[in-house]
Amino acid sequence: MRQKVFMLVDAAQFYVSCERVFQAALHARPTIVLSNNDGCIVALSKEAGKLGLARGQPLFQCQQIIRAHHVQVYSSNYPLYQEMSARVRRVLAEFSPRLEAYSIDESWLELTDLAIDDLTEFGRTVKARVYQDTGIPVRVAIAPTKCLTKIACELLKGDERYHDVLDVTRLTAEQMKAMLERVAIEDVWGIGPNYARFLRNYGITTARDVRDADERWLRKYLTVVGARIQMELKGTSCLPLEVKRPPKQQIICAKSFGREITSQAELEEAIATYVVRAAEKLREQDSLAGRLTVFLRTNPFDTGAPQYTNEFVIDLTYPTAFTPELLKRARAALQAMYRDGYRYKKAGVVLSRITPLPVVQPDLFGEVSLVDHYREMRLMAVVDAINRIFGRDTLVFAVQGWTRSWRMRQERLSQRWLSRWEEILTI
Amino acid sequence: MPDARFFPHVLLLPQVVHAGFPSPGDDYAEPSLNLHDLVVPHPNSTYFVRVSGDSMNGACIRAGDIVVVDRALTAAHNKIVVVRVCEHLLLKRVQVRQRKVFLHSDPPEFPALELGQQDEIWGVVTYCVHRVR
Repeated sequence: MRQKVFMLVDAAQFYVSCERVFQAALHARPTIVLSNNDGCIVALSKEAGKLGLARGQPLFQCQQIIRAHHVQVYSSNYPLYQEMSARVRRVLAEFSPRLEAYSIDESWLELTDLAIDDLTEFGRTVKARVYQDTGIPVRVAIAPTKCLTKIACELLKGDERYHDVLDVTRLTAEQMKAMLERVAIEDVWGIGPNYARFLRNYGITTARDVRDADERWLRKYLTVVGARIQMELKGTSCLPLEVKRPPKQQIICAKSFGREITSQAELEEAIATYVVRAAEKLREQDSLAGRLTVFLRTNPFDTGAPQYTNEFVIDLTYPTAFTPELLKRARAALQAMYRDGYRYKKAGVVLSRITPLPVVQPDLFGEVSLVDHYREMRLMAVVDAINRIFGRDTLVFAVQGWTRSWRMRQERLSQRWLSRWEEILTI
Repeated sequence: MPDARFFPHVLLLPQVVHAGFPSPGDDYAEPSLNLHDLVVPHPNSTYFVRVSGDSMNGACIRAGDIVVVDRALTAAHNKIVVVRVCEHLLLKRVQVRQRKVFLHSDPPEFPALELGQQDEIWGVVTYCVHRVR
């Protein structure tokens, strides 16, 4: 079989890069981007890393370093990152018809049938084009399997000698071995922390050890997942490009509030807002949900305050994607769970037992009418269409409330450079 | 859009259906002109930037105008560019003399800058949107 060729394009410190495109003053300064609610660090520049800051660190722990070194701090500006990510992807799509959008800052291109003479040079061209067009710096790893591109990318992170482009197909067997030895078991794509701990107990500590482990032994303890990773590390591709994502089996909409909530009415607004968004996502992928879970909790870090956490699971006899039905059920769930006297910090909804839309079972007793079902779905389709064309929240459900003062905190948001005329870059 | 197979009745008709004689022009309808198509040939690499100063008045770019900046283009002699110099983005005209790149304002009231090692051309200005008063 013909050898495959994959290229992983990974935008290093993507959120920071997005902010830097528009703010020259951030150019070589330590910069960090915070999670929702400005809680902890989700992205940081190299300069910030050198000061000892790290991903996942809570903001309040870093205040001293931030003040001492004038670290630039930003809330996550997701509309901006989403648009920049789409731009990067559209540039990449010009290089190969087969593209997998893996995450907001990573994409795979399949180059198998493209007859490219010099893959290294091609990688450099892609990197240069993405930077020229969008201003976003990327790392490029080329290999015969997806797993190996991930390994190569890990290596690029720590080693500036490659100038962000590594073509694994060029390496000799000896060089390949050296490369795999430099990547720790925890950093091998697809091996979770539990398996990593397990393997370490058997002296398997690097990607090379996984590759050279006994095949039967590995399959026995790591199942077929481990066997596939091993094959991929040996250079045989078994994880194909996923050009179209399979529909999600679970849709979660949950966020911490910008401030603590102490009233049932406000909690109801928040939960309703999450239900509306989750149901939208459900319909986007043409599915119905058979189970709705609503949960809420107080702030576990506020050790002095009384703690309460609960969840309520509702199995829907007839799967649905009809927002009013889900709202009604979520409201009943909250009614059953809500306790006065607590300060609530987070709530969320989960839609699960997801089935594709056309599989609607007409029931024997005529409780669910297909005519009603289609009428409901048509109504939702019109609501979705209006919100898509005229902007999110053009049509809202009244239970979502109007002020939504509990919304997440984003005190250090940069401007909406790409979506508001009043906020475009000014020089 | 929702899949028409599942939602056979939600097609939103763009126009009112007339019951009379069909227009003979129906089959020849073309989309109207869209300014974006003219001004933004490369949507992935185009940014809109508002101008604040008067340093490019000579090039008919005035304070308050919005310039269209295309990063995909390569700067050349006499092009107007957005350039990053130290920690600032500036609007300048490129002049190449004796293999060196200089950045001028227009009219050249401010002294010309030489493009340094650390500086970077951010994008090339292609159009200017000016409100006529």
